[in-house]
Amino acid sequence: MNENLLQIQGLVVQFGGICAVNHLNLSINRSEIIGLIGPNGAGKTTAFNVITGIVKPASGNLFFLEQEITGKPTPVIARKGIARTFQNIRLYDDLTVIENVMVAAHCAISYSFPEAIIGFGRFGKDERRIKSRARDLLELMGLAHLGGEKANSLPYGSQRKLEIARALALEPKLLLLDEPVAGMNPTETSEFGEFVLKLRKDMSLGIGLIEHDMSFVMHVCDRIKVIDHGVEIAWGVPHEIRNNEKVIKAYLGEG
Amino acid sequence: MPEENPIRDRLLTGLALVFLVAFLWYADNYFGAYTQRILNNIAIFIILAVSYNLINGITGQFSLEPNAFLAVGAYTSAIFTLSPEEKIRSFIIEPMIWPLSDMSLSFPASLLLAGLVTALMALLMAIPVFRVRGDYLAIVTLGFGEVIQVVANNIIPVTNGPLGIKGLTPHTNIWWSWGICIFTVFCVVRLVNSSYGRAMKAVREDETAAQAMGINAFRIKTLAFTFSAFFEGVAGGLLAHLITTISPSLFTFMLTFNLLIIIVVGGLGSTTGAIISAILITWGGEALRIVEEPASIFGFQYEGVPGMRMVLFSVILIFVMLFARQGLMGRNEFRWLKLIAWFERLTKTGAKAK
Repeated sequence: MNENLLQIQGLVVQFGGICAVNHLNLSINRSEIIGLIGPNGAGKTTAFNVITGIVKPASGNLFFLEQEITGKPTPVIARKGIARTFQNIRLYDDLTVIENVMVAAHCAISYSFPEAIIGFGRFGKDERRIKSRARDLLELMGLAHLGGEKANSLPYGSQRKLEIARALALEPKLLLLDEPVAGMNPTETSEFGEFVLKLRKDMSLGIGLIEHDMSFVMHVCDRIKVIDHGVEIAWGVPHEIRNNEKVIKAYLGEG
Repeated sequence: MPEENPIRDRLLTGLALVFLVAFLWYADNYFGAYTQRILNNIAIFIILAVSYNLINGITGQFSLEPNAFLAVGAYTSAIFTLSPEEKIRSFIIEPMIWPLSDMSLSFPASLLLAGLVTALMALLMAIPVFRVRGDYLAIVTLGFGEVIQVVANNIIPVTNGPLGIKGLTPHTNIWWSWGICIFTVFCVVRLVNSSYGRAMKAVREDETAAQAMGINAFRIKTLAFTFSAFFEGVAGGLLAHLITTISPSLFTFMLTFNLLIIIVVGGLGSTTGAIISAILITWGGEALRIVEEPASIFGFQYEGVPGMRMVLFSVILIFVMLFARQGLMGRNEFRWLKLIAWFERLTKTGAKAK
């Protein structure tokens, strides 16, 4: 049950002379929600970008399901089962809501290129399967009635939800959420918290979470890692973090 | 509001095809050579516009190479339809190299070969070309177009150099050009509506997000590029056997430029737009000739100015782009549903007016 999904060892990322992430270690197990917090510019999103292969690390090793994924191309890592959302929402703006979700099923299609052109064989069956799966996911996120709308016509909160639906369509084992409740009101935030917990329970996903909303993080996460200027300053269960002096210093500054 | 109905849509599409075939049959039998020539041109430009739009509009990779692909297709098909005797007669600077000099194929086989050779060329080209994006991609592909022209001028034993290849049999007729045109549109529409098409659009909208969803952007771009190259190559073969004389100077950048105008006016990313625009611009270019002819307007004698149609054409283009910035169709596609809804609205307002 507590199978290890992601293992990060001694990760270093440099942009020119700046060390964005410095010797970061992190491990995420199945059915575990790990929070990654820290002040702005701490290197949280960079860590996510390295995990998904968008940024190449200077040194360090990443393992997913005991396989090395350091420096592998983004689509290869995605196909292994790591899905993510983006801090600055990155949807396919001009595609419809349901198409956005269906795109993520591309690596799971069973029909070949010629079958797509002629339209026989596995094409029809597969398209129906992808579409009904996309509908289920939209249903899950409460977006079912918006299926035919253009993605960029959705309000901000719904766009965040659509990103998660798209990520889930990849059928991931590990889900990385980059500031998922940014821009949500308190009611939406607490609803979303319940949703994340339900997701973990139903799909036994491992979830990595970057978030600035502390009450949300404390409520949802099993363990929290705090980083500042790329360096780990604290690691532990929520109530330990809440009372950690280093963390308070990093957020509020020294008195 | 009418409802979505795939069976009705299919029937209507079939019916439209029957009408098109009937019209083509009529055109083939009763229209003059000039009109038939325009119809052939329209078909070839539809093939080119639709396939060029696949890479530029659907996949969003701004590239400028269709003149190169057209040239490769035209030369391949022309070289293979000439008989060995004709080759000896036309290659006067240097004889053609063996085994090309002895090879000869039927017209359809040469078209297929033209498509395959062009597609292979695109496949090889994709490896260096798709390392760059945006403006840089445009420049790299533009360079490729220039290279092909220089190569065609200089490998005389294959292309006959600047003299070009003359005296091709005019195999291209209404049936060949429109048959292949319909086939191309069918293939491209099917592709765009499949998961591959969605992946192409995802790459256009946000390449990083597409990659994060497991889409290999390089592979998808290469697929779109190769696929469109195949049809551009076939179109090249059709063009060669329509005008019966090809030379390197025929395949200048202006050809690419015309196609770019067509797909932008039609709406980048809309196959329907590419078709409508290809028809309007190819046919319109001929129809506008009327302004170059002498005429008498209200008793006032107008001499007719050569080149006037290009002035008018440019003015029309400016107005189209001012009032329809996304092109005629934007990114929308034709759907029977919309047409029926439009008709219903039309009849309703008509009834109200009474």
